[in-house]
Amino acid sequence: MDQEKTWKEIPWGGLILDAGNAQEYHTGDWRTERPVHIMENCKHCMYCWICCPDSAVIVKDKKMVGVDFDFCKGCGICMKVCPFDAIKMVVEGEEGD
Amino acid sequence: MKKVLSGNSAAAYGSMLVRAEVISAYPITPQTKIVEKIADLIANGEFKTEFVKVESEHSAMAAAVSASLVGARTFTATSAQGLLLMHEILHWASASRTPIVMVNINRGLAPPWSVWADQTDSIAQRDTGWMQFYCESCQEVLDTMIQLYKVAEDKDVLLPAMLSEDAFLLSHTSEIVDIPDQEKVDDFLGTFDPEYKLDVNRPMSFGSLSMPHQYYYEFRYKIAEAMENAKNKIIEVERDFEKVFGRSYGGFLDLYRCDGADIVLVAAGSMSSTIRIAVDEMRDKGHKVGLARLRVFRPFPVEEFKKLAKDVKIIGVLDRSFCFGYEGAFFTEIKSALYNMDDRPLVKGYVVGIGGRDVTLDVIFEIIDDCMKTTDTKEESFKWIGLKG
Repeated sequence: MDQEKTWKEIPWGGLILDAGNAQEYHTGDWRTERPVHIMENCKHCMYCWICCPDSAVIVKDKKMVGVDFDFCKGCGICMKVCPFDAIKMVVEGEEGD
Repeated sequence: MKKVLSGNSAAAYGSMLVRAEVISAYPITPQTKIVEKIADLIANGEFKTEFVKVESEHSAMAAAVSASLVGARTFTATSAQGLLLMHEILHWASASRTPIVMVNINRGLAPPWSVWADQTDSIAQRDTGWMQFYCESCQEVLDTMIQLYKVAEDKDVLLPAMLSEDAFLLSHTSEIVDIPDQEKVDDFLGTFDPEYKLDVNRPMSFGSLSMPHQYYYEFRYKIAEAMENAKNKIIEVERDFEKVFGRSYGGFLDLYRCDGADIVLVAAGSMSSTIRIAVDEMRDKGHKVGLARLRVFRPFPVEEFKKLAKDVKIIGVLDRSFCFGYEGAFFTEIKSALYNMDDRPLVKGYVVGIGGRDVTLDVIFEIIDDCMKTTDTKEESFKWIGLKG
C-alpha cells in the first residue's frame, strides 16, 4: 500500500477492493535461498513453470529464461521437481554461478 | 396469526419470517427442535431457503460466513458445546463483518454433562465481536430475531448477532405467539444488499493479510466503532418495531417497577419472570424493589446502568454463569460501568441456577433479603446461592 489511509478511508473486514492486487505484494522479500538456473542442463520441459506456486518462472519464446525475484519465495519446489538438475538452490548473499 | 410456539419453534418461524436465504446448522440438544422445525417448514413447502447440512458446528459457522459474504441473509442456531466449537469462526464472522443472526440455547458445559440452563456458553463468547441478546419469552424471541437482522445488516453496524434463550425453560416452553404478517416484516426489514460482497463480476480480495505497519489496527478499530454504532441502532430499531408491530422490550435494559426503587435486581433470561413475581410481592409489602432485565450484553449498556444507578441504593446482580478465578461476568461489568460515578450504589453479586439448578421464588427472596440487610453498609459481597454444604 503506497499511501497511508485513515481508518475511515479503508473498507471493512480487511477487504482489498482492487482485483489482481497480489502483483503489488512482493513475496520475493521472504526469500532466504535463491534458485539458480543452469542453462546447459535445461530441456525447457516447463515442469518448473507448472509447479511454481508463485508463477515466478519466466518463459519467453517457449523457453525457460529465468526467475522473477519479485515473487520467488525461494521454496525450492522448482529444484525438487526438475528432472534434469537444471536448478540449484543457493543461500542468498552467497555466490551462485 | 397466533400460534402456540415453543422458544425453539419461535426461532424457526423467525428465520422464515425474515426470509433467511441460507441456513446452515448442526443439531444439538436443546436446540434440535429449531433445526427440525425448519426442516418441517421446508418439507411442507412453506419455507423456501437453502438449508446446508453440515458435519459440525465449526462447519455450520464457516458456511454461514461464506453465505453472508455472498450477500445472503443467513441464519444458524446452536448450543453449549456446539457454540464452543464455533469459537474460531465467531471471530471470523465479526471481523469479516457478516451480519449473521444465530440463536444460542444457553446450556451447561461438560464435564459433567448437563443439557440444562446455564449462560456460561454465551458469556464465554463475550469478546468475539458478536452482539449478544438475552430473551425472556417466546414472543420476544420471534420479535428480537426480526429486530436483530435490522440492526446487524445496517451499513454502520454490519456485525453478527447472537440471541440467547435458556435451555428448556424457554426453548421448550410453549406460549401463544403472535406471528406478524409477512408483508409487514418484509417492509420493515427490506433486503440485505451489502456494498461489498463476493461477486464474480466485481472481484476483490477477502480474508487477506495485514502487516503490523498496515491496517490491522484500523480494521479492529472499525469493529469497535461498529459496536458503538449498534447502540443507537438497537434503540432506533426497537422504537420503529414498536410503531409497526406494537410490542417493545425496553431496549438494553427492560426496567420493571424500578421507579423509586432502593434495591434493583439485575438478571438475564428466563429467571427474570420469576423475579417479576418476587418484585410484585415485595412491592405489595411496601418494599421498594425492582428488576432491570439485562437484554443486551454486547454492546454493554454502560449509560443505561449509570442512569439506573443514580437513584438506587443497592444493585443485586444475578449471574447464571461464572468466570473461574474471579466472579460472575454481569457483576464484574456492572461494577466497572459504575466505577467513575460520584455517588454509586453498592453492587452485590450472586451466582444462581448453574447447570439448570432451579431459580425459585425462595432463591430470589433470599437474595432480596441479603440486599435489604446490607442497605446501610458498604460491604461488597459475592455469593453462590443455594450451594450444598
